[in-house]
Amino acid sequence: MRTTTLLRTLAAATVTLLAACSGQKQVVLLNGAGATFPNIIYQKWITDYNSANPGVELNYQSIGSGGGIQQFTDGTVDFGASDAPMGDEEIAAVNGNVLHIPMVLGAVVPTYNLPGVTEAVRFTPETLAAIYLGQVTRWNDIRLRSSNPGVTLPDQEIVVVHRSDGSGTSYIWTEFLSTLSSEWAAKVGKGKSVNWPVGIGGRGNEGVSAAVQQTPGSIGYVELGYAMINKMPVGAIRNHDGNFVTPDLSTVSAAAAGAMAALGSDTDFRISLINAAGERTYPVASFTWLLVHRENADSAKAAALVRYIWWALTQGQQAAEALGYAPLPAEILPLVEAHLRTVTANGSAVWSGPATK
Amino acid sequence: MPQSDGGLARNVRGRGGRGDTAFRVTLTALAAIIPLLFVALVGQLLWSAWPAIRAFGARFLFSSTWDPVAGIYGAGPMIFGTLYSSVIALVLAVPLAIGVSIFLTEFAPVWLRRPVGTLVELLAAIPSVVYGLWGIFVLIPLLRTYVLPPLQAVLGWTPLFSGTFFGNSMLAAGILLAVMILPYISSVSREVLAAVPPSQREAALALGATRWEAVWSAVLPYARSGLIGAVVLGLGRALGETMAVVMVIGNRHDLSLSLVDPGYTMAAIIANEFNEATGLQRAALFEIGLVLFGVTVAVNALARLLVWRVARDSAAGSAAL
Repeated sequence: MRTTTLLRTLAAATVTLLAACSGQKQVVLLNGAGATFPNIIYQKWITDYNSANPGVELNYQSIGSGGGIQQFTDGTVDFGASDAPMGDEEIAAVNGNVLHIPMVLGAVVPTYNLPGVTEAVRFTPETLAAIYLGQVTRWNDIRLRSSNPGVTLPDQEIVVVHRSDGSGTSYIWTEFLSTLSSEWAAKVGKGKSVNWPVGIGGRGNEGVSAAVQQTPGSIGYVELGYAMINKMPVGAIRNHDGNFVTPDLSTVSAAAAGAMAALGSDTDFRISLINAAGERTYPVASFTWLLVHRENADSAKAAALVRYIWWALTQGQQAAEALGYAPLPAEILPLVEAHLRTVTANGSAVWSGPATK
Repeated sequence: MPQSDGGLARNVRGRGGRGDTAFRVTLTALAAIIPLLFVALVGQLLWSAWPAIRAFGARFLFSSTWDPVAGIYGAGPMIFGTLYSSVIALVLAVPLAIGVSIFLTEFAPVWLRRPVGTLVELLAAIPSVVYGLWGIFVLIPLLRTYVLPPLQAVLGWTPLFSGTFFGNSMLAAGILLAVMILPYISSVSREVLAAVPPSQREAALALGATRWEAVWSAVLPYARSGLIGAVVLGLGRALGETMAVVMVIGNRHDLSLSLVDPGYTMAAIIANEFNEATGLQRAALFEIGLVLFGVTVAVNALARLLVWRVARDSAAGSAAL
């Protein structure tokens, strides 16, 4: 008896649901997947955008950059996202049909556990590489002391902590070390996961930060936003112009501005912001990209996606700082706009600029 | 519903009935799903791991280089770490678990048995990520501050405790695993010990044995094969445990006997790197999955053999008496 009632209710509910679905106007559904680093701001953008634009429904799954590129290549999602640009081989796998659109900036920062040291410890890129190569093993090493005049560094063993999971964060960190230390480039190289010469691995930003907080004398690297939210001590790194710069949102945005000079109108945005020029530029920064197809089969989807991206690049940027992301410098927008105009569906452009609504 | 005898008899007699055939076919099909799943699983693992198997051959099992940048993969440290951490866990957990079960079945007052037994079993209900957090924030600081300094002062010269203790280590993983497999071993061995006929104890006690002697010489030998089964269950769980191990083991591709050094396990590297892996790295991770699968099957087969031999020996022993 009770079962029958339940079944009836269920049936009624189903009918209502179906009616509701079919009754609504056509909704453009856009699925994306990829990087975990920008997940927080992507979800915020999607929530805001979905509620303001009932005709579009966006979904984003933060499965990791590698997974994002994979699914984008397989065509199981409408857009991908990655913290590391697609390699030439990966681009060949989609027959070159991809645009890298920078969305926000991320940075990777050194964090450490040195009880008694209150000043921000200053690192040269060479010393960081030597620490991660296992060559500088004590905090009072001459190389650390010489870049930290007036700071009493303890006679303590350095415990190196790195990410154990494959991640864009490790990619940016090892790209930085590779760029500035030829020895690192030769012995280890850059990648989402590498063969670390020394140290212990923590899973995720939280794993690294837990290991650092629990281990006196340790040094690790985490995303800037994560360090800010958790109020972790961060070190300053010597930049391209020779100044020691503490990472914050403005010095990270400066990295993109500093790299603008290298950006021609024909850029594909797959550029590195590592060690970019500029007096106040933090040297370990990177774009995080959305991956979209240049040529599309479904014009409704392509147009909706481009409109969403433009919204995120303009209005959406205001949400960045509160969430610990560095916004793109305004100078870059005209370049991105030009790229978005090249998106086509069945041969015709789907977007003719910001004026179009 | 009342059923007449005639109806029952007809049901029993109707062996060739259509209902029976359908029933048999359905059950056969259901039973076939398990072996089919097994075959499909191995097939999929082999298929996905093939690029790595072809590239590295048997070297994969022994090499200790894992370099995604250079595209060179070897699972030696992970295979070693999986077995080593599980052995540490067993060494710590088995005496404790069997001790608890003996206490609960033989010595504890009746009113205490159920609450303590339930508490031990409750350990199995804690999610492994919570164990991992406990490991990071409680166990490791405890080890660093109170356990390792005196231990290393005394045993630092042995290969087991040489080196600097950073916190994340084989020892932390082994202890954590021991706590995690404790409830499995203890609840099964408690059942096994409870199933030992009272006549065994009574006979030993009647011969003048103390309670300890009765347990040692009459109860435990009787329960031996069941206890081995309990240990194997715990071992199986330790071999495959992932999340908690990832969080405390240090994730380092090193082959070291020292308990204070960080290590790695097969399950841990799959969890760590699979998300972002492509190409050969992905295939290498699949091959690790295949090896882990093989190790688990081998351990289970070995345990079966052990249980079978113990059972046969004790049967022979009784016959000799």
